[in-house]
Amino acid sequence: MEILDILLTASFWAAAVRIASPLIFATLGELICERAGVLNLGIEGIMVIGAFAGWMAVYLGTGLWTGVAVAMLAGMLFGLLHAALTVPFGLSQHVVGLGVTLLATATASFAYRISLPEVTSPPKIAPFQPFEIPLLSKLPIIGPAFFAQTALTYLAFILIAVVAFVLYRTPLGLALRAAGENPAAVEAQGLSVTAIRMGAVIVGSGLMAVGGAFLTMSAFSSFFFEMVNGRGWICIALVVFGAWRPGKAALGALLFAAFDALQVRLQQTPMGAVVPYQVFLMVPYIMSILALVLMSRRAEVPAALMIPFNKGER
Amino acid sequence: MRLEPISDPTALRRFGLPAGALVLTVLVASCLALLAGANPFATLGLILKGAAGSKFALLETLNRATPLIFTGLAVAVAFRARLWNIGAEAQLYAGAIATVLLGTGALPLPPALLLPAIALAAMLAGALILLGPVLLKTRLGVDEVVTTLLFNFIMILFVSYLLEGPMKDPMGMGWPKSAALDKAARLPRIVDGLRLHWGFALAILAAVSVWVIQTRTTLGYEIRAVGLNAEAARFSGIPVGKVMVKTALLSGGLAALAGFSEVAGLKGNLTLDLSPGFGYTGIIVAMLALLNPLGVVISALFVAGVFVGADSMSRAAAVPTYIADILTATALLTMVLALRLTHTRIRWS
Repeated sequence: MEILDILLTASFWAAAVRIASPLIFATLGELICERAGVLNLGIEGIMVIGAFAGWMAVYLGTGLWTGVAVAMLAGMLFGLLHAALTVPFGLSQHVVGLGVTLLATATASFAYRISLPEVTSPPKIAPFQPFEIPLLSKLPIIGPAFFAQTALTYLAFILIAVVAFVLYRTPLGLALRAAGENPAAVEAQGLSVTAIRMGAVIVGSGLMAVGGAFLTMSAFSSFFFEMVNGRGWICIALVVFGAWRPGKAALGALLFAAFDALQVRLQQTPMGAVVPYQVFLMVPYIMSILALVLMSRRAEVPAALMIPFNKGER
Repeated sequence: MRLEPISDPTALRRFGLPAGALVLTVLVASCLALLAGANPFATLGLILKGAAGSKFALLETLNRATPLIFTGLAVAVAFRARLWNIGAEAQLYAGAIATVLLGTGALPLPPALLLPAIALAAMLAGALILLGPVLLKTRLGVDEVVTTLLFNFIMILFVSYLLEGPMKDPMGMGWPKSAALDKAARLPRIVDGLRLHWGFALAILAAVSVWVIQTRTTLGYEIRAVGLNAEAARFSGIPVGKVMVKTALLSGGLAALAGFSEVAGLKGNLTLDLSPGFGYTGIIVAMLALLNPLGVVISALFVAGVFVGADSMSRAAAVPTYIADILTATALLTMVLALRLTHTRIRWS
């Protein structure tokens, strides 16, 4: 049983955790937007701009963490654009989101071309290095999988708890969730739905961009045009799969990443010689669609998702 | 701040705001040219010249507009019913696959029947691709945005498999491309010697047909009713699920015609780079046209002109051709905002 052999190796689980990390950042970012009532289809492009901006900053000589901050700022900028158009002006979240994705992707490609007109193969940066946590990293399987990763992966896992805490245990989180469920009630409390929703979209977009930056700064060390490759859309499916809860969504990301890591390894087995490699590459996308189908019946969609709020209108 | 509707916008609002959006787009283009170290006026001039400055340029723009009219119509039809079909790219490739399958000798038909039969088969293939997501939506409530988007990635992998496996051209020197279409399965040129094929005429015909369907038939009325308010439509006896399925079949079929026309009219075979994102650009085309099928023709010509012009410009000036993508995305975002402001007033409180 090749599958069982693969499942029992530490490197498989380490890969799964590594693949899950960018998805966790971006899924949490999308979840924050949607919980406040805004569908952010800009996610795919925002991940691209994050991947580019963080990598470019480091390539130009800043430190790695400064690069992450630059990526986050770039993402927040496009988040601001999305929020400004969809929240106060109430424009279609589908149209604006796709527009932001096209704009951000094109901006990254354009900026890459004008800053590096000569290069043929993408230059590399020195990415985040794995950091072994003493003692814990010596545990069998779990050790190398969870405790010998880069700092960005640890940050992703810490963020799951932070986002869950803020959403469920703070007044801010309550207001944010209420903005996505019953905006009129938020306004009645004397809070501004516009401010909450815009803030959520901007912060959420920042997280998506960090997810993109993980690809160039922790996983691959170079920037390629097609590198995000639908991960953003997969994260939107993961939010639905996780029923708009941070913990469940992150678990979904981990499960998804495990399947992704598994398909890469199955390609190396005798099975890979028979089945065309494209079928293996399809697995993540098919999985996402299946996840949506499975969860659709039990989905607890935020009641005001995609419904613009205009003060004084009922 | 809050928004108040304006029932009767002034002429200044009606024309000034969209014009302002266009000016803003041009301004963005100028800034991008400056950033790339080029003269903005020269850059814009080169784009214009490359898009419409000669007979060759103009024909190139018409050729590039052809698939965009089809994908733009596909999106316009679907969005009108609030069916968010973001999968025109996948449907385009489905049409292209069907065209190659039937156009390389599999159909023993006389030439007069061969092309219509292939076109119909292509439409059917595209329609079937969208049928899955739309049934998931109407039966199980699965969001079609994500499913249609993900289908694009699955489809391109499927095409890659076909081109490296069963459909690989044995004479292709190892390149992943399909065998060439038979001569009888190629769309001829409209005028001998000019690089413009009948696909363009078919696109115009499709736009007029969609316009007739939308304005002169019951289905068109039902599609609009479902798009405006699905609940109200259901209440007044319109079978919302059925209308959605019909819309999807029409939309998928139209997008597939883009693949048919590119393969049969322009390329003659199927490769992995058949579409540089025509499916996604179709969304911009449809939105700029306010989902009006005749407007789609005009906005497709505009968007095609920007892309063809930018391609030609980037060969002469040091401005990357990606300027076209930024321009069209900016035009989209500024135009939807301008239209919103045409019909609403901002009140600051």
